[in-house]
Amino acid sequence: MRSHRWYTPWILVAPAVIWTVVFALYPFLNTIILSFTDTRALTGGKWVGIENYSRMLGDEQFGNAMLTTFIYVIACVPLLALLPLLLAMLVLKQIPFISFFRTTAYFPVIASVVAVSLIWMWMFDSRGIINETLQFLGVTDAPLPFLVDRWMLLAVSIGLTVWRGLGYYMVVYLAALANVSDELHEAAALDGAGTFSRFLHITIPGVRGAMLLITALIAVSAMRIFSELYMLTNGTGGPGGENSSLVMVIKQFGSGLTGQVGYASALSVVLFLITLVPLAFLGWIQNAGDRTPREKKQTSRRKAGATA
Amino acid sequence: MSTTIEGPLDPKTELLTREAGDVPPPKPYKEKPWRSRRAFDPRRPTFAGLMLRYLLLIVVLLIAVGPFIWQLSTSLKGNEDIYAFPPNIIPQDPTLSAYSQVNEVIPIYLYAWHSVLVAAAAVIGNIVFATLAGYAVGTMRFKGKMIVMGILFSVLLLPGEVTLLSQYVIIRNLGLANSLAGVALPGIVGAINVLLMATACRGIPQGVLDAATVDGATTVQRIRHIVWPNVKGMVSVIAVFSFIGAWDDFLWPLIVLSDPEKYTLTVGMSYLNSTFAADPRVIAAGTVIALVPIIIVFASAQRVFFKGVEAGGIKG
Repeated sequence: MRSHRWYTPWILVAPAVIWTVVFALYPFLNTIILSFTDTRALTGGKWVGIENYSRMLGDEQFGNAMLTTFIYVIACVPLLALLPLLLAMLVLKQIPFISFFRTTAYFPVIASVVAVSLIWMWMFDSRGIINETLQFLGVTDAPLPFLVDRWMLLAVSIGLTVWRGLGYYMVVYLAALANVSDELHEAAALDGAGTFSRFLHITIPGVRGAMLLITALIAVSAMRIFSELYMLTNGTGGPGGENSSLVMVIKQFGSGLTGQVGYASALSVVLFLITLVPLAFLGWIQNAGDRTPREKKQTSRRKAGATA
Repeated sequence: MSTTIEGPLDPKTELLTREAGDVPPPKPYKEKPWRSRRAFDPRRPTFAGLMLRYLLLIVVLLIAVGPFIWQLSTSLKGNEDIYAFPPNIIPQDPTLSAYSQVNEVIPIYLYAWHSVLVAAAAVIGNIVFATLAGYAVGTMRFKGKMIVMGILFSVLLLPGEVTLLSQYVIIRNLGLANSLAGVALPGIVGAINVLLMATACRGIPQGVLDAATVDGATTVQRIRHIVWPNVKGMVSVIAVFSFIGAWDDFLWPLIVLSDPEKYTLTVGMSYLNSTFAADPRVIAAGTVIALVPIIIVFASAQRVFFKGVEAGGIKG
């Protein structure tokens, strides 16, 4: 049955398609092209081949940014893959007041990074509550330079990211845990399996799909880190700019009137390529499941689909 | 509920209901949240286990909201020593003076208004355009639909940070650099929202839409009277997440805006700490002002929130 004129659907999708092309697809292609030129903010550039990419190899700022990003990923993935799972198991059972606890655990997620960064800066200030407490407990005599020392600042920033991520991934895990059958737990408990053993052999395999997906998401968002480090270092990138993340370096090179848009575009392309790594890894693991019996594959697919 | 091992009803309650004379209402038996000493029921914790659970929950609660409480407390402190140890969580002489001071340091209420404008544009734009496009992609058949889907799907894995600079170039060429319109424009409609809305529209039975067509409903009428009531759940998810996304966004307005007169709240706040002789009370008041709207939105729509996270990890 003809229910509409031929052009009606095109009118309906036009805004969405135009926006996607103009503000996502075209800029992406343009970024790739610009990365092979020496374009500046106010002047057009000429083709320089892979010069921008070879320049990165000797760029100390880029090296530092990659190191910071790498540490961020290595620290965030295990913390944010496991802690929210434990938290989800803690709030899974319908016991009195549980929805209150679920709601409050979600607070850090909705707050803006800028606001919570300011809160953390006040807490980790040289005269802030953390340093006062540590001195009171006799852990340290002088205030620890949380926001000055390169590695401490990175640790505080990772702590902030993990703190903000807990509630978010908790909700994702809650959805996955709902699919883990109670009967399995009951049967295993009847056979004498302890709590930890049941966690390892029933809960973890039950949420495997969600866990893999979450791991990939964490890795990608850790690579895209910007606001936490920018705020904690007051926009400077820390001592000597060593705490800059990759996105901070992109912003620093690319913005302003003297911005080296070409080089910054090359950095953007590198960022894009490294965010593909966890996603490729996710796809590879799910394909590797093909060798296992068909049933297992189907369940894991279904789980991943339920949470994706 | 497993009621076979433990006695299903307390004998006394049973007796009482019977003596009441009338037909006993079929009351569902409510289990205690913990199991009795000898009962076998691995799904319920022991009483001690339940108490331990609450203890852990309270620790989590302190970690999650403790910093916010501490900030609120700092913002309300007047002349008293904010560095005092042990700290006073409850201000001894609460005052709102920091809230007026913060407006002297940066025009925070103006910035908040700018953020409201940008967020409103994102919410309205995403609801309208995602519903229209989602309806077309989800329920209509037309040539080139695969191309449209391809374009929308292709950008899902593309982090916004990658296209940041080229996006800025476009905004500058449109003459919108350093303007709120430039901040709001790219966020007017997101591909992910269109795809979510398409999924929601696919859930509407085709027969209902066909029946409306037979009755002479135009496309606009179908969207207004059939699609809209059916996708309201997804609309609220998209509205809430668009609002949060726009309100909390920092990097994009930081790039676009250079004139302090035009800052959004997040950009303005980032300068709060670097201003001269920053007073922690004033900074705290600023963060509280930034957090209150978001907490109100969250409190009034938390069901929507959890549904949204489960539906597709919009923020992920």
